[in-house]
Amino acid sequence: MAELRALVAVKRVIDFAVKIRVKPDKSGVATDGVKHSMNPFCEIAVEEAVRLKEKKLVKEVIAVSCGPAQCQETIRTALAMGADRGIHVEVPAAQAESLGPLQVARVLAKLAEKEKVDLLFLGKQAIDDDCNQTGQMTAGLLDWPQGTFASQVTLEGDKIKVEREIDGGLETLRLKLPSVVTADLRLNEPRYATLPNIMKAKKKKIEVIKPGDLGVDLTSKVSVISVEEPPQRLAGVKVETTEDLVAKLKEVGRI
Amino acid sequence: MVFHLVPRCSARLFWASSGWRRTYIQGASVGLKWLGCPRDSYSPLACRRYSSVSGSPEVMLTPERYPVQRLPFSTVSEEDLAAFERIIPGRVITDPEQLEACNVDWLRSVRGCSKVLLRPQTTEEVSQILRHCHKRNLAVNPQGGNTGMVGGSVPVFDEIILSTALMNQVISFHDVSGILVCQAGCVLEELSQYVQERDFIMPLDLGAKGSCHIGGNVATNAGGLRFLRYGSLRGTVLGLEVVLADGTILNCLTSLRKDNTGYDLKQLFIGSEGTLGIITAVSILCPPRPKAVNVAFLGCPGFAEVLQTFSTCKGMLGEILSAFEFMDAECMQLVGQHLHLTNPVQESPFYVLVETSGSSAGHDTEKLTSVLEQVLNSGLVSDGTIATDQRKVQMLWALRERITEALSRDGYVFKYDISLPVDRLYDLVIDLRTRVGPRAKHVVGYGHLGDGNLHLNVTAEAFSQELLGALEPYVYAWTAEQRGSVSAEHGLGFKKKNVLGYSKPPVAVKLMQQLKVLLDPKGILNPYKTLPAQA
Repeated sequence: MAELRALVAVKRVIDFAVKIRVKPDKSGVATDGVKHSMNPFCEIAVEEAVRLKEKKLVKEVIAVSCGPAQCQETIRTALAMGADRGIHVEVPAAQAESLGPLQVARVLAKLAEKEKVDLLFLGKQAIDDDCNQTGQMTAGLLDWPQGTFASQVTLEGDKIKVEREIDGGLETLRLKLPSVVTADLRLNEPRYATLPNIMKAKKKKIEVIKPGDLGVDLTSKVSVISVEEPPQRLAGVKVETTEDLVAKLKEVGRI
Repeated sequence: MVFHLVPRCSARLFWASSGWRRTYIQGASVGLKWLGCPRDSYSPLACRRYSSVSGSPEVMLTPERYPVQRLPFSTVSEEDLAAFERIIPGRVITDPEQLEACNVDWLRSVRGCSKVLLRPQTTEEVSQILRHCHKRNLAVNPQGGNTGMVGGSVPVFDEIILSTALMNQVISFHDVSGILVCQAGCVLEELSQYVQERDFIMPLDLGAKGSCHIGGNVATNAGGLRFLRYGSLRGTVLGLEVVLADGTILNCLTSLRKDNTGYDLKQLFIGSEGTLGIITAVSILCPPRPKAVNVAFLGCPGFAEVLQTFSTCKGMLGEILSAFEFMDAECMQLVGQHLHLTNPVQESPFYVLVETSGSSAGHDTEKLTSVLEQVLNSGLVSDGTIATDQRKVQMLWALRERITEALSRDGYVFKYDISLPVDRLYDLVIDLRTRVGPRAKHVVGYGHLGDGNLHLNVTAEAFSQELLGALEPYVYAWTAEQRGSVSAEHGLGFKKKNVLGYSKPPVAVKLMQQLKVLLDPKGILNPYKTLPAQA
C-alpha cells in the first residue's frame, strides 16, 4: 500500500501554437489577450504523476503553480487530469514578471518540505523562457537527488529508476526517494481531460498562499534589459543551372 | 493541416481485371437506363491509354467505365501547342508523367487522357488561351487544387487542362475591412495563414485546405466547417474576375459590401463549376479572428440525443457557436484503424464536435462549460472533453477532418453528400446499411449537422456495378422524397450531372441549359459536366 505523495509544479505559458509578438518597447513579449495554456512538459509531468496514482504507487498528487490569479485555470486543468488538490502560490502580476527559476525553486523547495512529499515532478523546461533550471535548482536547495529529461520512470519501493535522454543516448539512474524528476517529451502522451473529470475538478480544493507564508523572498538579481525579435531572414535566391550557381556565389564574394 | 494524396491500396488491382469489365458492360444497359442515356451510347475507347509510371494500379479511364461519347471538339495540334507556347512560354506541359497526376481526381475514381497542361500566371494569359481555344473549338478543363469529390476537376477525354497553380498572388488586403483580393490559384490554407497574421480568418474552412484553390472553392460554392457561422460564399464573395468562353475578361472585382447596380453576375459563376467561365480573381470578405476558440468533443448514446444536444447548444451558446459536426462510431473506428488517431472519449454510437468562437475567453468558456454540464447531467452526452490548448484543438478537429482520408484507405468509396431535414439525417444511413448488407465494407454517416448536411459514404473492397446499382438511384430517390438536395456542397461535376432532376424541377434545368448556351455557345468550358446533355 503506497504512502507516497507527489507534488507536481505546473506553469501557465503562452500557448505553443500562438505567434509571439514582441512589445514595441522591447520590454517583453505581448501577453494581453493572448491564449495561454499549461506548459506542454508540465502536462507530461502531471500525466506521469496521475498514472503512478492510478497504479496505486502514489497516494496523493498535488498540483502547484506560482503566479497571478489566472494560474488557477492551469491548476484546474491539472485537477481535471487527475490531481487531487491544488496549491496556488499567489504572486501579483507585476511581480510575476520577475519570477525566475531561482525564485520558483525556493518556493517549491519550501512547499516540498511543508507538504512532506516524496516526489517532485516538473516539466524539463518552460516553452517561454527555455531556462531548464527550476527542477535542478529545487533539487539542489533540497539536497535531493534528481533525474532530469526523464523518458521513463519506474518506482521500485523506496527508490525510483529514471531513464534519461542525453546526447549520447539513454542513461538510467536509480535514485533514493525523496527525489526530483523532470519530464521530457517521450515520457508519455498526456490524456484528454474528460467532462466528468472536469466537473469533478471544479469541486477539488485549491489552497491559495503567499510566498511570504513560506518565508520565501522573491527578489530577483536578474533584470531583463531588452527583448527583441531575431533578425529577419533574408529571402533566398533560386537559380536554374549550376553555372548560374557558381556565378552567383562569385558575385556575392563567397568563392 | 496538409492534405496528402492518398496512396492507392492494392485491393484496387481488381479494377484492371477483365472479369470486372465484363460485369460492367452487362450492367450498363440495365443499370444505367435510368440515367437518361440511350442504351447504345457506350463508345469504344476514344483515347490512348497511358501506362502507369508509378507502378501502382491504374485508375480506369472514365469513358471505359461510364457511358459517355466524345463531343466533336478539335484535337490539339502542333500549331496549337506553338500558339500556347507563344502565350505562356515554358509553361505548356505535354510530358505524360506530369500529366498523369492532373488527369486523375483525388478520389482516384475518374481519369481522363489530356495531353496538354497549361499554367498561366495572369488573367491576360488565360484570356488569350481561351480566345485561341474558342476559335479552334478546343475543349478546356479548368483545374484548381484537384480535390473535388464529383469528378469535375479532371478531363473526361482529352480536354486541355488549364491549371491555376501559378496564379497564386495576393493582390491586396485591407486590414480594417478585412477584404482580401487575390488570384484564383491561391491555396486556401496559405490564404488562411496570410490573413491570420493580420488578425482575420477566411470565412470558409475545409479538410482539403492544404491543396484546394480559392478559385475552385468559389466555382463549386464550397461549404465547409465554418458554414454554420459565416455562411455561404454567395454572401462572403464580394466580387469576381472571370474570363468567359471566348476570352472576354469580365472584371466585377469590386470590394464593396453593397452594390445593387444591375443583375448580380457573380452569383452566376459562383457554383458554376467552371462551365460558365473561368474565375481568375476573387474579392472576399474575411471575418475578424476570434480571440477565443474552444472545441469540445462529445460522445452521444443515440442520434436523438445528438439532435437534442444541437438544440441545447444552439440555445445556450447562441452567437458563439461556430461549428457543430457529427460522426458515427464507424467513422471513429476507421480513423483509428487507418490513421491511428486515438479516441479521446469513451466509445459511443455517435460523436459530436462543437466549436465556439468569440471575443472573450472567460465569457465563452463559462458558457461552454455550463452547456456541457447541462448535457452531461441530462444524459444527452455520455462522455466528452474540452481542448485545453491549441494542439488539442487541432487533434480533435483531425478526428473529423480526416475521415475522408481514412475512407479512401478503406477501399473504393461511394460518396454521397446530401441535404436533408435534420431530424431524418441519419435514417438514410441505417436504411442503407440494411439494404446493402455484407456487399459493403462500411456504411458511414458524418457531416455538418448544423447545416443539415449528411456525408454518406459506402466503402467496398473495389468498385462494383452491383453495389452501385443497390445504392443508385435508391439514395437519390430517398432524398427526393424528403425534398432534400442530392448534392449539398460537393456539386455535380461529372458523377452527378444526371441526377439534379431529383432536386430541381425540369423548368429550372432547362433554364440552366439556356444560360450555358448563352455564355458558352460552343460548349468548350468543362464539357460533359454539371448539367445533363440536352435531349
